Amino acid sequence: MTGSLTLIWPAMTAAFLASLVEAVEALTIVLAVATVRGWRPAGLGSLAGLAVLALIVVVLGPLLGHVPLRLLQFVIGVLLLLFGMRWLRKAILRQAGVIPLHDEAMTFATETEELREQARRNEARLDWLAALTSFKAVLLEGLEVVFIVIALSAGHGMLLPASAGAVAACVLVAGVGFIVHRPLARVPENTLKFAVGVILSAFGVFWTGEGLGVAWPGGDLAIVGFALMFLAVSGAAVLLARGPRTEVLS
Amino acid sequence: MIALANMLRELAGLFVDDGALALAIIAVVAFAGMVVTSMPQASLAAGAVLLLGCLGVLFASAVVAGRPD
Repeated sequence: MTGSLTLIWPAMTAAFLASLVEAVEALTIVLAVATVRGWRPAGLGSLAGLAVLALIVVVLGPLLGHVPLRLLQFVIGVLLLLFGMRWLRKAILRQAGVIPLHDEAMTFATETEELREQARRNEARLDWLAALTSFKAVLLEGLEVVFIVIALSAGHGMLLPASAGAVAACVLVAGVGFIVHRPLARVPENTLKFAVGVILSAFGVFWTGEGLGVAWPGGDLAIVGFALMFLAVSGAAVLLARGPRTEVLS
Repeated sequence: MIALANMLRELAGLFVDDGALALAIIAVVAFAGMVVTSMPQASLAAGAVLLLGCLGVLFASAVVAGRPD
């Protein structure tokens, strides 16, 4: 149990920061829908997305308890490596100026324009399309949050702290978004993604190793060492990837 | 139907963005698995392969993507 206690803060922090990023992205699209078509389709789509997410957690959560621990750690570990290192690579390239930073204001403008274009083409079905856009945003961004929470708590009973971190971030973003009625463009999204990518990659190496039967020196504390190594290597990669030109890769 | 296909594509995209990076990660994990299977008493060696392999793959992937053509 003492070992698990050392994981609570990294797990809670990673879940909080990752959820902050995803909630900001979902909020931008929901706000765009609300701006063009009003709060009714935006709210209904969001609620439907949250309901599907809750259903996934309720159905998937108990099933995971039946999977042998080492198999669960291995599968979750590999998925965390794929997910975390993808985030980290993108954050490195954005930090180095190789690909442009994610711009919430631009996303909001693009989404709003697309919905207005749909309105011109097909007014009758627009409420459905608007609700579907909102539903899709909440579901897809929420799935990332659900995956991170489940992955961070795999086999170590950390579902509660990880969920608390995620819920706190979502409530915070929803609250601020409700008050300011504007995309939260000032959130340092790439820095958050960088930090989360480092932590998730460290957890990924740890879980995958445990699933393979590796006895890590220092037990759970090894995760902190892995995170520091990922941070150092990522910092070096930013310096080396930073070039004279800026190429748009995505 | 198109919306569903798009959502599935985006779901897969959660884990696989750059195909080469994903393949390299799977290769590192497979190699670490082979090490631990062939030398069960030296599981730490597999751990080292896994950790250093992942760090190397990340570094190479980011640096190559940032290199001018």
